[in-house]
Amino acid sequence: MEKYIKNAGLVLFIIGFVVFVLSLSLSDYQLTDKIVGQQGEGEKYEALQKATKPMEGKLYDSNISFIRDLKKAIKSANKSIIDKYTIAEEIASEMALKSMDGDKFVFRKSVIDEVLPANGDVATEQNKSLKDFTGWLEGKEFSSRKELSDQLTSAIQNINNSLSYQKAFDDYSAKNLVFSMTKASSLGVLKGNIKLWFFLSFGLVIIGALAYFFGTYSNVPAGIKNNHIFMDALTSRGWIGVILGTFMIAFYIFLYFYPEYLTNWVLLVDPISYKLNGGPASHWFLYGFMYTFAVSVMGIRMLLKYWGNAYQLIRTASVIFFQFAIAFIIPEILISLNKPGYDFKNIWPLDYDFFYNYNLDQLMESGFLGWFMLFWGIALIIIAVPVITYFYGKRWYCSWVCGCGGLAETLGDPFRQLSDKSLKAWKIERWMIHAVLVFAVINTVAVLYTFFSGSYSLFGIGTETIKASYGFLIASIFAGVVGTGFYPLMGNRVWCRFGCPLAAYLGMVQRFKSRFRITTNGGQCISCGNCSTYCEMGIDVRWYAQRGQNIVRSSCVGCGICSAVCPRGVLKLENGPEEGRLDVANLIGNKEVEKV
Amino acid sequence: MKKIVIIGNGISGITAARHIRKMSNHAITVISAETDHFFSRTALMYIYMGHMKYEHTKPYEDWFWEKNKIDLVRDFVISIDTDRQKLELQNGRGVAYDELIIATGSRPNKFGWPGQDLDGVQGMYSFQDLENMEVYTKNINRAVIVGGGLIGIEMAEMLLSRNIPVTFLVRESSFWNKILPAEESEMVNRLIRSHHVDLRLVTEMKDILADKNGRARAVVTTDGEEIPCQFVGLTAGVSPNIDMVKASKIHVDRGVVVNKYFETSVPNVYSIGDCAQFETALPNRKSIEQVWYTGRMHGEIVAKTICGKKTAYQPGPWFNSAKFFDVEYQVYGDVKNEMLDSEDCLYWEHENGQHSIRIVFNKSTKALLGINLMGVRYRHEVCDRWLQQGATIKEVVGNLKKANFDAEFYKEYEDEILKVYNSKFPEETLKSTGKRGLFAVFNQ
Ligand SMILES: Cc1cc2nc3c(=O)[nH]c(=O)nc-3n(C[C@H](O)[C@H](O)[C@H](O)COP(=O)(O)OP(=O)(O)OC[C@H]3O[C@@H](n4cnc5c(N)ncnc54)[C@H](O)[C@@H]3O)c2cc1C
Ligand code: SF4
Repeated sequence: MEKYIKNAGLVLFIIGFVVFVLSLSLSDYQLTDKIVGQQGEGEKYEALQKATKPMEGKLYDSNISFIRDLKKAIKSANKSIIDKYTIAEEIASEMALKSMDGDKFVFRKSVIDEVLPANGDVATEQNKSLKDFTGWLEGKEFSSRKELSDQLTSAIQNINNSLSYQKAFDDYSAKNLVFSMTKASSLGVLKGNIKLWFFLSFGLVIIGALAYFFGTYSNVPAGIKNNHIFMDALTSRGWIGVILGTFMIAFYIFLYFYPEYLTNWVLLVDPISYKLNGGPASHWFLYGFMYTFAVSVMGIRMLLKYWGNAYQLIRTASVIFFQFAIAFIIPEILISLNKPGYDFKNIWPLDYDFFYNYNLDQLMESGFLGWFMLFWGIALIIIAVPVITYFYGKRWYCSWVCGCGGLAETLGDPFRQLSDKSLKAWKIERWMIHAVLVFAVINTVAVLYTFFSGSYSLFGIGTETIKASYGFLIASIFAGVVGTGFYPLMGNRVWCRFGCPLAAYLGMVQRFKSRFRITTNGGQCISCGNCSTYCEMGIDVRWYAQRGQNIVRSSCVGCGICSAVCPRGVLKLENGPEEGRLDVANLIGNKEVEKV
Repeated sequence: MKKIVIIGNGISGITAARHIRKMSNHAITVISAETDHFFSRTALMYIYMGHMKYEHTKPYEDWFWEKNKIDLVRDFVISIDTDRQKLELQNGRGVAYDELIIATGSRPNKFGWPGQDLDGVQGMYSFQDLENMEVYTKNINRAVIVGGGLIGIEMAEMLLSRNIPVTFLVRESSFWNKILPAEESEMVNRLIRSHHVDLRLVTEMKDILADKNGRARAVVTTDGEEIPCQFVGLTAGVSPNIDMVKASKIHVDRGVVVNKYFETSVPNVYSIGDCAQFETALPNRKSIEQVWYTGRMHGEIVAKTICGKKTAYQPGPWFNSAKFFDVEYQVYGDVKNEMLDSEDCLYWEHENGQHSIRIVFNKSTKALLGINLMGVRYRHEVCDRWLQQGATIKEVVGNLKKANFDAEFYKEYEDEILKVYNSKFPEETLKSTGKRGLFAVFNQ
């Protein structure tokens, strides 16, 4: 019976997954006047309207050509606006000539009115911005015409350069525009039957996966179920693992950098988004939804797999709860109430944009709740992390609460054995994770400096540049593409082990001031290697266990799997007195043998 | 600087090498025929079951040996010339030594059964055995295991992981009952059967029948029953692997005979681990000790002697552990299969038949003698201290929670054994010390 449920589940899962992937190509696209009109009002939108005219009414059967044309249209709208407001650089030299005062050149604003009189809308605006940008030159003397002309040219250039974000669509808003217009222009079977397609994709994947897990794990004795892991092409870096890894990496790249190609998936979760927060889904909503369901469904797998292990059951229930309620549902409800969509369990510096100006502004503008969130967030950093970690180790966060940890412990559990246990990997890990922590701190110092001082440059480096590189390198590439995409290739804690700045902070507390340790049970270790193999953090647990030493490592997230898989009951995660915690090995066996 | 040669890269030989290196500058060479590097024999089953690969069973990374100047030679020693202090290797090379440690381990027993050397008939001891098992268990529809010990039950678990039906022939009337007390032994019988193993107690093998290709096709039991099968696992114990020593001047009996310093009859030659046999066994211990832990302990001690600090083998209280399918077994101290008249015990077993605690003590002095555990983990350090100090049963039961080593949030059974104690000693009952729980941090 179980076998049939399992196989049926697998079939449903595969059908659902194929439908899910194919659904990306299930729409046609047609841009209408109305869609463009909905994007916004003002001059640039008028230009957009004009630029997209040739697209209107045209039926595209693939999003690739649609998006290509749309991007072109936005580019040309931008160009028309920029051309319109661009100030000719030649007038600089003309103004300089007109500023001749004896043998000197003295700049006065009035010369602007002569050369670029405020006739009509465009000229008025050009006139005004030129005055703004040259205010500091007022009354200044120059010995040659060229000197003044150069100053004026550079002012004009600055004005012209700022047009792309002042008047036209900057990169960020252009990206959003492409996404929302593509989504709105979708037509066809998918859009007509969203609920059906949702069921055929997400629905079948979820039902199939659950059936598969029940079929696999129910009605078998409680105990370790690691048979065939290193023979299975999915879990031993075989071809299925490589394909899955490639798929996940591609997913993250599209999600972060090209979400406009994923609009069909976003459409599938639109109805849920409307129910939860009253608005349409964005690609981040899609991600949150997928993330939460991955944690929940794979969390159920974890519960079934470790039935009989109380620690694993409670811990897994905890990560499902924190992802489902605290990270997903509550922020959505807050958004529907027009409050900041705050995730109450996310802690800086993992929550790297907590101190970004837009977040601080938003919190401070949201009344008592906003201020509470601000203080809560700071209290987590300075009180909760050290105090709770002192009593329980970093596991309280990393394998009980955290979202990244939650995904790793559930979706990532089948891949935990792929982490690198070598000493070399440990060396790289220590360098890397602390470097990211330093980077995160610098980034936050820089944005706070800008927030308080208004200046965009700190020690000669642009704070926006720091912010942008952190966002790209760490938050997108490292945490997402590498951290999760590489699960089937490098194990499930790549980010937590090599990248997470919060893990680095928690780890320092755990290593130096905590009551947590994994106790080794005297001389009982048989060096079998199960503990090291299944350590997702790549800790060579056996190295300590076989010499009778407790395991105190900053990276240990306290998942408890080493203790579960040890066939000799050698390992116990526990909180105890600090003294003796870091003692040297005590390998019980011989009497009177000095420890060497 | 002496030249130390160790034959055998198992736990005993490698522990000796590591400790000699820590204490001295001697040149160390380890010769072994089985694998290039030290691996954990105890993990062989997990390779077959797909929990690990061979690489994972190596306790030290490959760079470790060169860094610690431990020379590894992959070869088979064919003879020992103790007069010239020289070994002869299979590839023809000779290796001279100043001090020699023989740590050649065991090999599976074969009792002269007809057909015992057919294809598909084997023990499970070496890496090569594992490779053979991989070959000979492909696409078969039954395996028979002969001999009810720890390796036999591991082999059953291995075969079941590949969905191969298993018949398990055990000579005794209950599994491993020369070691386990009746209740625990019966518990294992039940476990074996609950995994759908065809367990045949009080059954021996008489004969192995061959097919026309010289491969096993059936086993005949002493009752005359013929059990068709394509694989026969021989797990009726192991004995010292010392053929090559027998031909030398070193005195051997069942194993290489050693004194309490692991010295053999020939100067500068020592023997440790599974292959050594004490000329006089220590009280309550066997003269040949065939477990991982003792191999390690022998290695530690012989290293001291070789490095100039002559030290006698003086093991602390006995301990051991194993796993029967999903149920872990631990023993601390001396728990006999049948109690002596001077002994008494407390025994509790969970109604689901998967957990039990047995505490044996001396009837008159009430001193703790041993603890036997099934499906419960206890703390080695605490049990060891109680045993060494001769703690009374009252002290032990009154403080039993300190000994518990189960993972957090697990059910605690110490109060159950407390009840057993209280009904046995109604005149001096003990009170429960409460649960450990999540907030125990605050009251430690
Ligand atoms: C499947 C299995 C599971 C086990 N599980 C446990 C357990 O859970 N707990 C426990 O305590 N014990 C267990 N044991 C027993 C334990 O593994 C042994 O007691 C221990 O490995 C013995 O170590 P050793 O160093 O004495 O010898 P070995 O590990 O046998 O090493 C001897 C080495 O010497 C080599 N050798 C022999 N002769 C020569 C020669 N002439 N030339 C060159 N090389 C030679 C052999 O090839 C071998 O590599 C288990 C054993 C097996 C087989
Ligand atoms: S799993 Fe247990 S017995 Fe095996 S190496 Fe780790 S601690 Fe030792």
